[in-house]
Amino acid sequence: MDFTLHIWRQDNNKSSGSFKTYRALDITPEMSFFEMIETVNEKLECNGAGDGRIALEYDCLEGICGTCSLVINGVAHGPNRGVTTCQLHMRSFNDGDHITIEPFRAKAFPVTKDLVVDRSAFDRIIQAGGYVSVNTGGAPDANALPIMRDVADRAMDAAECIGCGACVAACKNGSAMLFTSAKVSHLGALPQGAPERSKRVLKMVDQMDAEGFGSCTNQYECEAVCPKGISTKFIAQMNRDYMRASLSRED
Amino acid sequence: MFCLCTGDRKVFIYLQTGGTSNEWEHMSSPQSFFSSTIGKKVVMAVTGFLLIGFVVAHLVGNLQVFLGAEVFNAYAAFLKSIPGPLWIARIGLIVIFVLHLYNAFSLRKIISAARPVDYNKQATVQASAASRYMLHTGVVILLFVIVHLAHFTLGYLQPEHFSKTDALGQHDVYYMLVQGFLNPVYAGFYIFCIVMLGIHLSHGISSMFQTLGFCRPNVKNKLELAAKAIAAGITLGYISIPLAVIANVVTLS
Repeated sequence: MDFTLHIWRQDNNKSSGSFKTYRALDITPEMSFFEMIETVNEKLECNGAGDGRIALEYDCLEGICGTCSLVINGVAHGPNRGVTTCQLHMRSFNDGDHITIEPFRAKAFPVTKDLVVDRSAFDRIIQAGGYVSVNTGGAPDANALPIMRDVADRAMDAAECIGCGACVAACKNGSAMLFTSAKVSHLGALPQGAPERSKRVLKMVDQMDAEGFGSCTNQYECEAVCPKGISTKFIAQMNRDYMRASLSRED
Repeated sequence: MFCLCTGDRKVFIYLQTGGTSNEWEHMSSPQSFFSSTIGKKVVMAVTGFLLIGFVVAHLVGNLQVFLGAEVFNAYAAFLKSIPGPLWIARIGLIVIFVLHLYNAFSLRKIISAARPVDYNKQATVQASAASRYMLHTGVVILLFVIVHLAHFTLGYLQPEHFSKTDALGQHDVYYMLVQGFLNPVYAGFYIFCIVMLGIHLSHGISSMFQTLGFCRPNVKNKLELAAKAIAAGITLGYISIPLAVIANVVTLS
């Protein structure tokens, strides 16, 4: 299979980037998307001069780490539902396709180089309140704290979020509501997270807004590209929590 | 970061542990509810809900045109006969409308800033057209409200039809309405704007519940369907009036 790639190249977060066109030749259908780009990278390295390697990020290659990004033909993580870019294979494309590859676009995700963006805004949202404060010590006994099955399931549904940032990339408004709501809901549902539930949602939303993410307009594009299928019901829950917590805000 | 709690006073000591960047300089300070993105959305939802209430009440009033000139003019005269409640409602509506508009543009500013460089290739997976063009349909509605007030409330457009009185000496609103919609430009503009309102509401009604956090996943689909049905009902209700005038169902004789 042969492909024509239109890839965003940008030296650093200060410079302005542009699209460059590359050919990916002799690609097999079972190659992963990253293998395909690396074949182009090998050629770019051999050529020596010119643009140099295309910078991109990936790590676990099994869809659990949230490192890989890429907006492929306008869709974060590419055309398949419920997977990350590293789980995308070239059999999902047709021979001769033109593929446009862009970095995640958001003010809060500045481009570091080419297709790599700085997602540390998410880390700061977590730092602001995405934790539980507990006394350290020996591990508690199993089943010492009984949790209802449906509550545990709901918390786990939210906890599946791997923080990849595809929700922000896909959102027409560059909003981080799905990510933030997953983190708020996951801890808020469990007894360990309950004491800080109000403080957590206030601080995390404050940080989310301060990072320059957009606001939610309930278009649900985030949910469609989320590799973990996080539901927008958690956004409704976060709205509810935020309203309630705002009423008794003390700081 | 260590937190030393002495009684109820908290002392925070920030310690730099390795690295050169100061990770705390990026941390936010508290913001008020109404300046937060969620707070602004809540204002949009609540004002939107109240505006829908007005749209429905206004529709019920308007549909009395099918009961004939006497009933319709009597209804208009009744509203004029209670200036106190009428003006409270009018001022309330203006405040609600301005809040809805102010927050819409304030959120748009935040949204525009959130993605300074747009995608070269745009794709939409599941967002409805109504949800994507809320601002556009909203601006059409704003223009419509201005033209509509100038036409039927203030009488700036077609003043020759505005100040007639009927046989009972009441302001002949019925005559003004029929003459207004006999003009194809006004009727066409009215129908176009009401369709835009319907599109706006088809997203707005279900979106309102999501924003206010009343969204259980198992009722979400039903809610979206109900929202579309209500929006369609409102649209058809309003459009039926100019269509009835054009089709000679509602006539001057």
